[in-house]
Amino acid sequence: MAIKTPIYMDYHATTPVDPRVLEAMLPYFNERFGNSASRNHAFGWTAEEAVENARAQIARLINATPKEIIFTSGATESNNLALKGAAEMYREKGNHIITQVTEHKAVLDTCKRLEKYGYEVTYLPVGKDGRVNPEDVRKAITPKTIIISIMYANNEIGVVQPIAEIGKIAKEKGVLLHSDGVQAIGKIPVDVQADNIDMLSMTAHKIYGPKGVGALYVRRRNPRVQLSSILDGGGHERGMRSGTLNVPGIVGFGKACEICMNEMPAESARMLALRNRLQKGLEAKLDEIYINGTMEHHLPNNLNMSFAFVEGESLLMGINDIAVSSGSACTSATLEPSYVLKALGVGEDLAHTSIRFGLGRFNTEEEVDYVVNRMYEVVSRLRELSPLYEMAKEGIDVSKMQWNVTSAEH
Amino acid sequence: MAYSDKVIEHYNHPRNVGSLPKEDPNVGTGLVGAPECGDVMKLQMKINPDTRVIEEAKFKTFGCGSAIASSSLATEWVKGKTVEEALAIKNTDIVRELSLPPVKIHCSVLAEDAIKAAIGDWKKKRGDEAEAK
Repeated sequence: MAIKTPIYMDYHATTPVDPRVLEAMLPYFNERFGNSASRNHAFGWTAEEAVENARAQIARLINATPKEIIFTSGATESNNLALKGAAEMYREKGNHIITQVTEHKAVLDTCKRLEKYGYEVTYLPVGKDGRVNPEDVRKAITPKTIIISIMYANNEIGVVQPIAEIGKIAKEKGVLLHSDGVQAIGKIPVDVQADNIDMLSMTAHKIYGPKGVGALYVRRRNPRVQLSSILDGGGHERGMRSGTLNVPGIVGFGKACEICMNEMPAESARMLALRNRLQKGLEAKLDEIYINGTMEHHLPNNLNMSFAFVEGESLLMGINDIAVSSGSACTSATLEPSYVLKALGVGEDLAHTSIRFGLGRFNTEEEVDYVVNRMYEVVSRLRELSPLYEMAKEGIDVSKMQWNVTSAEH
Repeated sequence: MAYSDKVIEHYNHPRNVGSLPKEDPNVGTGLVGAPECGDVMKLQMKINPDTRVIEEAKFKTFGCGSAIASSSLATEWVKGKTVEEALAIKNTDIVRELSLPPVKIHCSVLAEDAIKAAIGDWKKKRGDEAEAK
């Protein structure tokens, strides 16, 4: 079968809408266009029924009840609502928040904002494997701690955090646990009961649903979590999130969850097989490549690798028929490599050489083989161009060299 | 980020890739940048001691496409020039030729530094410490 390029292998960034999801959404743009808050006519009832159906589909995926699902515009809003909403609501109880360094910016920057408002935030480190030590969480808890926010799985390195263990500690200490579940839901089983999660951020577009719709799971029992709203208005979503609901988006989100729920066992096995094929293929052809983060607790569709001596952006330029991401931030204004890789203790030299592969529903074995071959070609060509590779081959330890700081230093 | 056609051209067909013998008294080597910063350039030149003309230039670069293009262009430009003429090449000339965007200006600075470092090394080898500054 001929390969169609460009190949998309950046599913952590976003995913295409599944045709089945799109089909479910379409009627809600025109024929069933009602406002789900319109209580007194059939247009409203039809929309409301669709929304409630989606709420139930989403709840099932994470073992919650439908009333615990609050719709938002996406995971950034969900993270903001969880942290700011709980911080404000529980201000009298305390002002301390615990999180960790490899969180998404939607959590880290929200915490930074809360620090400006007088909250205190502990940013726990991660080990070389990318995981938080649950005992560090326990030790960080003070009588003033109101929220622990630890992501379920990381968007760059795919490492899954020990959420169930942290959940147990949070429960025992009576502290709310929020988790950014964006990369985990639909990929691996997430159970808010078993994991003792009190708030879980989700988004549709990472699981083959549309962009612009997300949700926050907010526990109603043991304990009943209350949040101050961050948007004021009509008091939708149990008063926690005002604004007319994005009915077609919500219908799509629900359908996407239903498909993930039904297909997860088969799909995650297929992802794992593709990921292993990619990893083995690369390792068979190239030396001096390193996996970032532990593979033991890992999303089945993620592979983050450093290709020593080859700068990530130049690598992306070479494989321009393949869509992946680089941990090198030569394109960003700061020129700083990935903060996630730095947090793992990956040296900046290797962080600049990292590539994130995100496999997904529509990737094939043929595509994986094509990517392996293209990576081999381009990495080999760029290593021929790399003074660092030449030095390494001469036996010089590049990491121990004294580098001249020049005027171009940044 | 969109690259200019000239950057892509140099990236796809880099000129003068390779190494010259470091020990050769007529070869000057410049190694600038640092792996932690995501850019390292090695620029070498073989310089005729009598005419002070740069007869050969080779480079190897670890860095983004713009860094590779800047050093490739630098080798093209210095070849056939005298040491003095090569030292007159400014990073802004490289920026203009390759249409580098502001976030990539450091690549051109590094290329200028590499030229200066290679010539400095050659001068040092000639025992001309004063000239090497």
